Amino acid sequence: MPDSFYYLLQQLLNGLTVGSTYALIAIGYTMVYGIIGMINFAHGEVYMIGSYITFIVLAALALLGIESLPLLIIGALVVSMVVTSAYGYSIERVAYRPLRGGNRLIPLISAIGMSIFLQNLVRIAQGSRDVAMPNLVRGGIDIGPTTGFHATLSYMQIVIFVVTLISMTLLTLFITRSRMGRACRACAEDLKMTNLLGINTNAIIAITFIIGAALAAVAGVLLGMYYGVINPYIGFMAGLKAFTAAVLGGIGSIPGAVLGGLLLGVAEALTAGYFSAEYKDVVAFSVLILVLLFRPSGILGRPEVGKV
Amino acid sequence: MLRNLKPAIISAVVVVILSGLLMGVRLSQQGTSLVLVGGGADVAVKIGAAALFLFLFNLFRDHLARLWHKVPALPRTPAAFSVLAARPSTQRLLWCFLIAAALIWPFLSNRSNIDLATLVLIYVMLGLGLNIVVGLAGLLDLGYVGFYAVGAYTYALLALYFGVGFWTGLVAAGAMAALFGFLLGFPVLRLRGDYLAIVTLGFGEIIRILLNNFTSLTNGPNGIGSIPKPDLFGLEFSRRASEGAQTFHEFFGIAFNSVHRVMFLYFLALLLVLITLLVINRLLRMPVGRAWEALREDEVACRSLGINPTAVKLNAFTIGATFAGFAGCFFAARQGFISPESFTFIESAIILAIVVLGGMGSQLGVILAAIIMTLLPEMARQFDEYRMLLFGLLMVLMMIWRPQGLLPMKRPHLELKT
Repeated sequence: MPDSFYYLLQQLLNGLTVGSTYALIAIGYTMVYGIIGMINFAHGEVYMIGSYITFIVLAALALLGIESLPLLIIGALVVSMVVTSAYGYSIERVAYRPLRGGNRLIPLISAIGMSIFLQNLVRIAQGSRDVAMPNLVRGGIDIGPTTGFHATLSYMQIVIFVVTLISMTLLTLFITRSRMGRACRACAEDLKMTNLLGINTNAIIAITFIIGAALAAVAGVLLGMYYGVINPYIGFMAGLKAFTAAVLGGIGSIPGAVLGGLLLGVAEALTAGYFSAEYKDVVAFSVLILVLLFRPSGILGRPEVGKV
Repeated sequence: MLRNLKPAIISAVVVVILSGLLMGVRLSQQGTSLVLVGGGADVAVKIGAAALFLFLFNLFRDHLARLWHKVPALPRTPAAFSVLAARPSTQRLLWCFLIAAALIWPFLSNRSNIDLATLVLIYVMLGLGLNIVVGLAGLLDLGYVGFYAVGAYTYALLALYFGVGFWTGLVAAGAMAALFGFLLGFPVLRLRGDYLAIVTLGFGEIIRILLNNFTSLTNGPNGIGSIPKPDLFGLEFSRRASEGAQTFHEFFGIAFNSVHRVMFLYFLALLLVLITLLVINRLLRMPVGRAWEALREDEVACRSLGINPTAVKLNAFTIGATFAGFAGCFFAARQGFISPESFTFIESAIILAIVVLGGMGSQLGVILAAIIMTLLPEMARQFDEYRMLLFGLLMVLMMIWRPQGLLPMKRPHLELKT
């Protein structure tokens, strides 16, 4: 096998790793959009808060002398999911619920305000500088020749794939098998009718925000550990990219969000690998604009029917 | 009261979860390792107080609501007064008064205040431009700063490479921004409201990233310096004239004073704002302006009346972008230095906040909001750290309590009385 093949393989692996975390964040956008038809602009900040909580928990556990890796990861996951769930719930209560039913632009503007508020809250509480953490999961599996150029699948990447897969399986089980999941699907179908049938739609909408926030926290834990550096401004870009992923896959569709996230991650990694790392953010936006132009309903989405 | 016990407990617990870890401890970098620093007792007390407040508030919310009803309402503005205020002659008088005040004011003020007022005028111009897009046509544009950047960089680059003067640069910057607005608007304006918002946001970011990375042309993050200042019909505002030119103070035979330039920039900005106001007010009375507002109210109805929504939106988008281009050109000339740092998303959010705070569509409102948004941070220097935090909070609260803005747009109208 030539070197170029292993180079490509490496880019694909990196792309799929980052893409699977984009997918986790994108699910939050797509679920909220599927039910109330609005973009949760503050979702990226929830991911950022998840990353901060991860670092805080890992530092606290290190202080207590706990070094078992599974324990560290599970601890970080549980605590940051709980905290971001509270944030998701509060965002819904403060910036969305009082404004439901009016002009569509008004909740969007309040969500932008919320996003700025959360970003600056973390900046004031934790400082605006980068916070870095040593890599906890070291090493990896080499693929290809032992001498010369080869691709590496790091153990951290494996952790990311496994955790993402588990969370998505759990989400699918929740949506398809549980009573509440059925209520969620009913709300996405027709909110008003579901309400008439005696389901507390307010609670279901809150649950949707909470699930989205918890998944963003999973992404925050994984990407935080993968990159090892965070600052209060990472949420903005991550949010935009995840939104792009959701639109690419077809907003409102959960498998679509996953597909879109993976595709976007790969597209970015290929741009960074073959063209220039500086323009990888431009790729995300260009993909977004092109998708909206030529296939606004996304890859797996249903075309929207205009209602008067 | 017991009925409210559960939500009260929940809200108190949520507050503790929200703030406990994120604010209670602080990450601190020591060498390569990360350590936690406790926030101290006062942070814990603050979190506890917030939780207690929300707990009590939710527990007694029914009582509070009853008390609130008992509070005598503020006396309403008499109907005669609001009719008088909405009358066109009163409005015209108000405008004349405002313009006169703006003309006389710099002679009574000092240098730094005039400079600040010029900044306010730039934001007024940006607010008025965005007002066309967001307030009148109802298209949420989150990348408005992109056009501002295009205008600023057009003038800076033309001056750098071709030695173009301010006035030519102004026209070129407006035209360039309009072209960008047209090219971007052409494909994206078919999209629905919130998609449009995100796409324009992406566009603004693309412009910034390109300016940052296209180092050979734009000098990247280092920016472009020594951009020529505007002149008055060939008269320069410097101590000594450059080759083949004349200075302002020599021409009029007065002593050189650096305040002259600051005042000139102020009046230039005022002139640009007045032109903007005039153009927009004329446009509003033309079919295209009527179509913007009609489109904002009901797109389907417009379509059935034979208005082409895409063409009308494109108009609004292009004209809005043009004013951003003018403002950008003036900004570049005033600062003498620009870099991509000045054109971040937060700038778009501030301009949007000006439009929203003032009341979408209302021009007096935009002016008032631009003054508030620029002067408040200047006055509250000691709260500088909390500026953006309060700004975000204000945006949320404004949308909840007064989505129509401080001075909502009013039209003189008659109502049928039954």
